[in-house]
Amino acid sequence: MNAFYALFAVILLLLVAWVGVGTVDLYSLFGIIIPYLAFTIFILGFLYRIIKWAISPVPFRIPTTCGQQKSLPWLKSSKLDNPHNAFWTIIRMALEVLTFRSLFRSTRAELREGPKITYGDTKWLWAGGLAFHWAFLIIILRHYRFFVEPVPAFVLYLQSMDGLFQIGLPVLYITDAVIVVAASYLFVRRVFIPQVRYISLFADYFPLFLIGGIAVTGILMRYFTKIDVSAVKELTLGWINFKPAAPEGIGIMFYLHLFLVSVLFAYFPFSKLMHLGGIFLSPARNLANNNRAKRHVNPWNYDVKVHTYEEYEDEFREVMKEADLPVEKE
Amino acid sequence: MYDAGKIIIGLVVFLALVSYPIWYDAARGDIPTSADPKIVTAEKECVAPTDYMKDSHMDLLNQWRDDVVRKGVRVYTAESGRKFEMSLSHTCMDCHSNKSEFCDECHNYAGVNPYCWDCHIEPEEVQQ
Repeated sequence: MNAFYALFAVILLLLVAWVGVGTVDLYSLFGIIIPYLAFTIFILGFLYRIIKWAISPVPFRIPTTCGQQKSLPWLKSSKLDNPHNAFWTIIRMALEVLTFRSLFRSTRAELREGPKITYGDTKWLWAGGLAFHWAFLIIILRHYRFFVEPVPAFVLYLQSMDGLFQIGLPVLYITDAVIVVAASYLFVRRVFIPQVRYISLFADYFPLFLIGGIAVTGILMRYFTKIDVSAVKELTLGWINFKPAAPEGIGIMFYLHLFLVSVLFAYFPFSKLMHLGGIFLSPARNLANNNRAKRHVNPWNYDVKVHTYEEYEDEFREVMKEADLPVEKE
Repeated sequence: MYDAGKIIIGLVVFLALVSYPIWYDAARGDIPTSADPKIVTAEKECVAPTDYMKDSHMDLLNQWRDDVVRKGVRVYTAESGRKFEMSLSHTCMDCHSNKSEFCDECHNYAGVNPYCWDCHIEPEEVQQ
């Protein structure tokens, strides 16, 4: 049911843009005001979420470890899976962020043949997730061609590698195909695995449909309905130079794409998509396991008022002597 | 804020990456904000309307290539009924002989690198 709500939400968004631009001609609302607003919400919301996380204290090192801790020099330690210093922590984080290492190693448990528990791997989830994220990253970097003039060399290089097979004209980008297949897989997986379906919420389906909608509208306008790309770049450079003007010659498909992207940007800081920033602040990953090597003082420790035995004796020495109690100092 | 140094460095990197086009374009100063392809022909009529050519000339060229190379059809009948030879080097480049000011103008602007000239010989341009 959550999946249907999310699908309806995305269809509703498409209808809003369709009516807003297609019939009411609100070009500057959908072409200038909403994109600016969405980007501002994205930046401020992102900073707010990160700073809010950053003011939470992490008094103790709590990394998840999967190997021998560094201890005595003649005991071989697992540097990557139990990092003891900043260097190996950074390596572990880099592998986590770039290759999803912990997802690669994760297992799933199933009951098979009666009450026998069986462990399997989750390599398909890992492969699908990795393909989805990398395709998305390359697609975002490719879009810099609209925002920077002249187009930077790395964007041209990415484009030529992405269109390596030169299928069709304009050439098919491999990432366009990959992101659709990967997003479909991630959706189908949620629907068909009962346990995953049970825990899937609206907030899980909505970003998937939103990103799927962005990919599909982008593919439609590149390969099928066609738009005036020069006019689009005039619009995007207008945003960048803070002299925005919305030309009317661009096809409706562009505005559908743009509106979904705006919604994604505005929704980003309030959703699970914040794992973009959150992954770097995961205490189970980004800390070195040096609990025993270094002293970590709890930052919210306050000065406890204590009354030591010496002070006690100073206070009651005379009385103690009268009662024949032993005292340390005369 | 705990580990403020590291987190602020991270946030600065994040802001630099997302705002890269703004400061890059601002630093470059006077940049052309639109493409301006020059049409240098006495001919009044293209093989298709301007709006169609703007969006979809690549489809037309692709179709022409398939028709000529695979089917041996060399004549294109425009909507107006006029007949054209299906040829990039002749029909298109006869009118638009100024590749660097016409083709390249938008292609460079939009970061498009078509592979026309992998096979065709690039036309020699008369220096003005």
